[in-house]
Amino acid sequence: MNWGNLDNFMHMGGNGLYVWGSYAVAGLLMLVEPLLAARRRRQALRDTLDVPQDNE
Amino acid sequence: MSFYTLSSPPRFYALAGTLVPLCWVVCLLLTAIGLYMGFFVAPTDATQGEVYRVIFIHVPAAWMAMWLYLVMAFWAAIGWAFKARLASMVARAVAPTGAIFAFIALWTGAFWGKPTWGAWWVWDARLTSTLILLFLYLGYIALVEAIDDPRRADQAGALLAVVGAVNVPIIYFSVKWWNTLHQGASVSVTSAPKMAQTMLTAMLIMTIAFWAYAFAVTFTRTRAIILERERDAGWVKQLAGKELPT
Repeated sequence: MNWGNLDNFMHMGGNGLYVWGSYAVAGLLMLVEPLLAARRRRQALRDTLDVPQDNE
Repeated sequence: MSFYTLSSPPRFYALAGTLVPLCWVVCLLLTAIGLYMGFFVAPTDATQGEVYRVIFIHVPAAWMAMWLYLVMAFWAAIGWAFKARLASMVARAVAPTGAIFAFIALWTGAFWGKPTWGAWWVWDARLTSTLILLFLYLGYIALVEAIDDPRRADQAGALLAVVGAVNVPIIYFSVKWWNTLHQGASVSVTSAPKMAQTMLTAMLIMTIAFWAYAFAVTFTRTRAIILERERDAGWVKQLAGKELPT
């Protein structure tokens, strides 16, 4: 598939909104989710240390 | 390595930690190849033009949404039946990823439906049952988060997850059982694929990429849940001391 130039590629045969609207939202979600999961693990590690060792 | 080795939270924590970077490498590599094939190798569709290129994320996301539900229900059931803590933690870790894939399937489906069917949404059997799948994921997450006692929460969640699993075959066969607007399966185990070879290859590569993504994220989340739940265990304290500069 040869698009010729970037404009044609972005235009997607008149369906740019639908193609890129799909990819943008999927990409955003799949970028944010791993970051949130990684942050949750780091937070859990920090919380572990905040608990006094002798509270049981 | 046995099932029992893997059922030990410290061992699973370590193993998952080793696997996460590998999963990301596979995911990123295959995403690059899959998208390249999808946009630069696969031809324009004869009837749909370019808009069909949504398929390279739509179908993998829909497959993963259904598959991850079964994975979640399976581990939730194992955790419930055998009082296996780690299995319940895995079930919880899978749920948000499954929900995100269900949402992506619905979202990309709407963006594909508008130009091809003329509507963002129709109450078609395939679409409706997929929306129910999203609600089942959200219901499971809300339920386990609402119950304070983790073991009771795991049990209640397992019941919901297992009962809700009946929805997965309904989604899968919906295009056969009902007269739906959604097209039938383009790929099935019993017949030759009804699409060009390069389109199919790109879609399958993206499916494996999404699979690797699901492994990477759920392993990371399982590790977080293990730390949260086992925070009083000696090994967790030791580990936190080692991993965090204090």
